[in-house]
Amino acid sequence: MENHSALSLEKIQSMHGKKVKKKRELQKTSSILKGFVVPIMILVLWELIGMFGLISDTLLPRPSIIFMTFLDLVMTGDLITHFQISLLRAIGGFLLGGTLGLLLGVAVGFNQSIEQTVDPTLQMLRTIPTLAVIPLFILWFGFGEVSKILLIAKGAFFPLYVNTFLGIRGVDSKLFAVAKVLEFNRWKQMTLLILPAALPNILLGLRLSIGVSWLALVAAELMGSSQGVGYLIMDARQFSQTSIVFVGIIIFAVFGKVSDSFVRMFERRLLKWQDNFQG
Amino acid sequence: MSLLEITQLNKFFEKEKEEMVVLKDISLHVKQGEFITIIGPSGCGKSTLLKAIAGLDTEYSGEIKLDGKKVISAGINQGFIFQEPRLFPWLTVEKNIAGNLSLKRMEVKKSVNKLMKLVRLEGFEKAYPKELSGGMAQRVAIARALLRKPKVLLLDEPFGALDAFTRSHMQEALLDIWKEEKTSMIFVTHDIDEAIYLGNKVIIMSARPGTVQNVISIDLPFPRRKSSRAFQEFRQLVLAEFEKVDELELVNSAGI
Repeated sequence: MENHSALSLEKIQSMHGKKVKKKRELQKTSSILKGFVVPIMILVLWELIGMFGLISDTLLPRPSIIFMTFLDLVMTGDLITHFQISLLRAIGGFLLGGTLGLLLGVAVGFNQSIEQTVDPTLQMLRTIPTLAVIPLFILWFGFGEVSKILLIAKGAFFPLYVNTFLGIRGVDSKLFAVAKVLEFNRWKQMTLLILPAALPNILLGLRLSIGVSWLALVAAELMGSSQGVGYLIMDARQFSQTSIVFVGIIIFAVFGKVSDSFVRMFERRLLKWQDNFQG
Repeated sequence: MSLLEITQLNKFFEKEKEEMVVLKDISLHVKQGEFITIIGPSGCGKSTLLKAIAGLDTEYSGEIKLDGKKVISAGINQGFIFQEPRLFPWLTVEKNIAGNLSLKRMEVKKSVNKLMKLVRLEGFEKAYPKELSGGMAQRVAIARALLRKPKVLLLDEPFGALDAFTRSHMQEALLDIWKEEKTSMIFVTHDIDEAIYLGNKVIIMSARPGTVQNVISIDLPFPRRKSSRAFQEFRQLVLAEFEKVDELELVNSAGI
């Protein structure tokens, strides 16, 4: 009898546990769904306005037309080649600029004399708008890939550089006293204290850098190219194929978001120790 | 021979071109295995003295010798517990304790486990500091210092931020650790009960300039009871010392 009641109690508890789990899952899906409410409402409204002929399809094609155009472009394979080229440019420029930004940020953060030699010059270069150097880059490197990748690299460099530097200099000096008392060597000080403490800033820099890379990519492709999503947009504009322009824009939006989410996933995993306000 | 010898320690601060004497003519001897508590009003330089012993502050005149060697920099021989736990928030509890030592080494892993048991934190090996209470975090800090087998453990008001119950638990835990590990302790506090409850000797400091006012040996057996008569007598004794300081200060400030 006793055994039986204990068993049923266990059952109830496990049922309760399942309920709680289910509830949590439900909350999670609902929080994701919430993000879709506004875009879906806009899409429906947009489609309706187009259907009733309130706006011309040349200016603002309906979502359904844009989607058909998208399918068309995928079928012919055009989109994929253009996208691949754009992606390669963005990744190349980002890797070049981002890596340099990270390395220099670390060097400047660690060493005051490097900071004093390098930082003023870099800060000066930072204030030059990326778009303003386009003519110069074209003169120097032509319309080829080099000028595009360098332009993207210039954009990607600074967010990572500035944030890495800030992150390293923001390490709590109280923890340095602990490292001293525990006799950490230079290497351990870096790997156990400085880099983990600077990581939130470095990841923020990474996200900003990726964002700027997309931005610079569009600028680079609009300035003159024969391939890439930016070219696709420019080309479509000349022939008033607005729906293709939209496809290009949406592709930039989607991949910007995807790359950002990717870094944020890393962020959540690497920064699970953080004890911050969750909203 | 004493474990720790402090001779003629003097320290000045320069403030607005005026010299302020922080520590004046401090001489102390601590034997191996002794539990010393230092008590005094705020601003008497007790924390400054502790930082000097730790080697975190080296701008003083005089000499501090640990085990016959002059203390020239901070290090693992002088374990230090700060007022706050100062754990690395990105490391789990066991990694915080291990610090620069690798948990992959069997002997490190074993000692960490043993210390986790000693500070009663079994089961929290993989927890992050944000998941710990203040008392637990401070125990992790103590385990972290003990893992390095310090010759002396210096504690700078380590339980000051804790509530009364947790504080008295921590005091007992610290005494257990002391019995088990036989580490020499120097414990700075501004709580008279705490000083008498823990120490073999209570060093009473007075402020402006920071000097050793008196040293009272507490020859009560452990465990001590704060409500016992003997304990209360020591309390009176320490309080009387503070009253003397107050009178002295009154005389000084009156310019007599």
